[in-house]
Amino acid sequence: METTAEKKYTFKDFQSDQEVRWCPGCDDYVILRSMQKALPEMGVKKEDVVFISGIGCSSRFPYYMNTYGMHSIHGRAPGIASGVKLANPDLSVWVVTGDGDSMAIGGNHFIHVLRRNIDLNIVMFNNEIYGLTKGQFSPTSLIGQKTKSSPYGNTQPPFTPGELALGAKARFFARIGGNVPKDITKILIEAHKFKGTSLLEVLQNCVIFNDGCYTNFTDKAVKEDKQIYLEHGKPMIFGKNRDKGLVLNGLKLEVVTIGENGITEEDLLVHNAKEKDPTMQQMLVRLDYPVATGIIRSFDDVTLEERENALTEQVKANSKFTKADDLFFAGETYEVK
Amino acid sequence: MVTDKKIKPIEVLEGVVIRFVGDSGDGMQLTGTQFSDTSAMFGNDISTFPNYPAEIRAPKGSLYGVSGFQVHIGSLEVSTPGDDLDLLVAMNPAGLKTNLYALKPGHTVIVDTDSFTKKNLEKAQYDANPLEDGSLDNFRVIEVSMTSLTKEALKDVDGLDNKSITRSKNMFALGMVYWMYHREKDHTIEFFNKKFKTKPHLIEANTKVLNAGYFFAETLELIPNSYTISPAKMDAGTYRIIGGNTATAWGLLAAAEKSGLELYLGSYPITPATDILHELVKHKHFGVKAFQAEDEIAAICSSIGASFAGDLAVTTTSGPGLALKGEALGLAMIIELPLVVVNVQRGGPSTGLPTKTEQSDLMQAMYGRNGESPVVVIAASTPANCFNYAFEAAKLAVEHMTPVVLLTDGYIANGSAPWKILSVKDMPEIKNNKVTKFSEDWHPYTRHEETLARDWAIPGTPGFEHRVGGLEKDAISGNVSYVPENHEAMTMVRAEKIKKVQNYIPELKTEFAEEGDLLVVGWGGTYGSLHSAVKQFNEEGYKNVGLAHFNYINPLPKNTEEVLRKFKKIIVCELNNGQFVNILKMNFDGLDVYQHNKIQGLPFANGELIEQFKQLVK
Repeated sequence: METTAEKKYTFKDFQSDQEVRWCPGCDDYVILRSMQKALPEMGVKKEDVVFISGIGCSSRFPYYMNTYGMHSIHGRAPGIASGVKLANPDLSVWVVTGDGDSMAIGGNHFIHVLRRNIDLNIVMFNNEIYGLTKGQFSPTSLIGQKTKSSPYGNTQPPFTPGELALGAKARFFARIGGNVPKDITKILIEAHKFKGTSLLEVLQNCVIFNDGCYTNFTDKAVKEDKQIYLEHGKPMIFGKNRDKGLVLNGLKLEVVTIGENGITEEDLLVHNAKEKDPTMQQMLVRLDYPVATGIIRSFDDVTLEERENALTEQVKANSKFTKADDLFFAGETYEVK
Repeated sequence: MVTDKKIKPIEVLEGVVIRFVGDSGDGMQLTGTQFSDTSAMFGNDISTFPNYPAEIRAPKGSLYGVSGFQVHIGSLEVSTPGDDLDLLVAMNPAGLKTNLYALKPGHTVIVDTDSFTKKNLEKAQYDANPLEDGSLDNFRVIEVSMTSLTKEALKDVDGLDNKSITRSKNMFALGMVYWMYHREKDHTIEFFNKKFKTKPHLIEANTKVLNAGYFFAETLELIPNSYTISPAKMDAGTYRIIGGNTATAWGLLAAAEKSGLELYLGSYPITPATDILHELVKHKHFGVKAFQAEDEIAAICSSIGASFAGDLAVTTTSGPGLALKGEALGLAMIIELPLVVVNVQRGGPSTGLPTKTEQSDLMQAMYGRNGESPVVVIAASTPANCFNYAFEAAKLAVEHMTPVVLLTDGYIANGSAPWKILSVKDMPEIKNNKVTKFSEDWHPYTRHEETLARDWAIPGTPGFEHRVGGLEKDAISGNVSYVPENHEAMTMVRAEKIKKVQNYIPELKTEFAEEGDLLVVGWGGTYGSLHSAVKQFNEEGYKNVGLAHFNYINPLPKNTEEVLRKFKKIIVCELNNGQFVNILKMNFDGLDVYQHNKIQGLPFANGELIEQFKQLVK
């Protein structure tokens, strides 16, 4: 199978005939459009693209993509996607999921799919709430958050998805706001290029049940001061005036200002997404200020399919069996006359 | 010690049932397997039944740590591992205590006297030594100090620690039994040569002990009777001994090759189904993709994914695992993809009796999903025909675009029997519904008229890009549809699709009688027990007693009602509290149906079945 498309697609080629039914103003529209714009840039053929989702608002995604797709059951998309990819490694396989789908009901599959490193891409829409069931707290809801199932405030401490993912040995982790389509598209393309399981967490605003949960650092007015957009090989610098940065102070990251206390750009940490040891990446993921976005980790590793294929070739080369009959009639058989 | 020293002439017997019992670390499964394999090579028909504890290494000498292996060998057709024992080999008091009940009065028990220590007797909860208190007077007891004799036999072999020495005493017992039944030792010695290829001292040790047991039995005249079992009359051909789980795995291999599809297994370890996973992971040379998932749900989901992508997809499990897979199975049903689900039934409910057999997952297989969710359900009935029904499950799944649940059980999965080897070229064709050339009038849910199966349009095929999912689908486009009439129509068509499978499965045939007073009905793994009981019952002079054994449960064979109505009374025998009987009652009004149920984790015994039949036929 050829991996590059002969035909040049536009985003329209990836729009299905189904009416999109998310709430007006939902970030999901932004992510959908970013994906439809990213796909023509990836050079894959439409028929080789598969979207698998679980259950939740985000999981309606495959219906809107004019590719192969399956809207499956709650939390199980990683299992289904793994089967698709293992059955046909030539496909570009995408999992679309949400914070509840991936980290509550599907938590077990989420950590194991990251551990295994099959070459598939996960896009997690994190809105810190259950939307489709109309507003219960999720595994990423904040303590004290008032929801339909926590009217007096949530008492369950939240996961930080990146922290969980890196703990589960994720090789590729990126985080981005749901309001920056160009960045989303850019990261989706990188995720596609990456060999192994990639996870992109999109901080997606739910206009109905959790509106504004990210505004304090995603609003255009504050974004540059409150976020640090990480790029591999570049200094950890942020701020409207590009005058803030990160340094290591003992075992903690510290925000410094260039020009104060003799700090220059040379003193800042340089982002290394490709570093195998995830310690620094974990620290970045945990930061509340600034919130780290961009590709935080992108460590090249052997994929499960590569290991499996190598073994299969080796076993095939050393085996005397090519047909099932060879096996059936081998060893201890006897004749009845 | 045995007092009878006279060697009697060799008796030629039709069949003998032998059980080897000991601690779970005593190697009883190996001893039993060697004996049954050797007997099969000799031309006997065999049927075996391992019975082992759930604990891997239960405390030594304890009652619940007893592991046993029963083999029935015969010169005639053998269809069960047998009920009452002709010979019991007990390696310790706990084995004797828990198995003596099965030994026919007057028959032989061989014991290792070295193990009858005060400590072991206490662990087996004996107040007095049964070898001394007269409680074994009804049996022929052969007392052999097997442990000491094994040590003696090995005193000149270098490189053996105490543990390896005592562990080889099972070969002493095997040697004795070989001599008793005139079996050659060659097969087992050949086995040592292979197994211990890199450990020559173990080859030497095991061979020595096997010989020591054999010659002990021969020269010391300790055996009261000597038997030989003449070869059984079997169809000519090439045979091998096969276990049910292996047969299931091989049936799937054959189906993959025949259909030209790649075999994908998503599985999670669970007793007693795990051996199918163990077998299939070996066969990477055939391109088998076997994936051990993080749980039962991920296992079936990965198989659904593989099926979506065009593989022959299988998931294997046992009862609790099927419960976990229920939701995903419903998904496979509504998106109408081929999927084989093998459920090796064990004792339930909940964790139940993992190492014991039962047929109590039938209703779960039929109905254990939310909503109206019909799937094909079939059942294998012997260790060897697990091959055929695994193949059949794959064929029906692929040709009808549906999940198929194949039910086997711990009894036939762990049992073994001679299998007349089937070549892939002699298996029926498997056609699939894959599509390649796109035309504008194609829709994901258009159906083939005869089967009502939809097309299998797999990713990578240009033009067919489409979406499936668990939400109700429009009857043609497969798009999400909440239209009330559409939901009802789709529910009906999914049911009708399964019903149509009737046109592709064999009709039900009875054995022994086509009409008459009593029809014995069974399904799945009880075939051997029911067959031999009905046979014996007819031989005892009762006439017109038939056996109808079902392998196809959903849908039932077309002529089921017709067959049932030819008998005055029907008795449905099941290893559960009455499941299939209710399916029959639900489908067919006004039958005079009785039921015999056993829920002990054990197969039926001949005697108990015949007792039941007698009550219904005067």
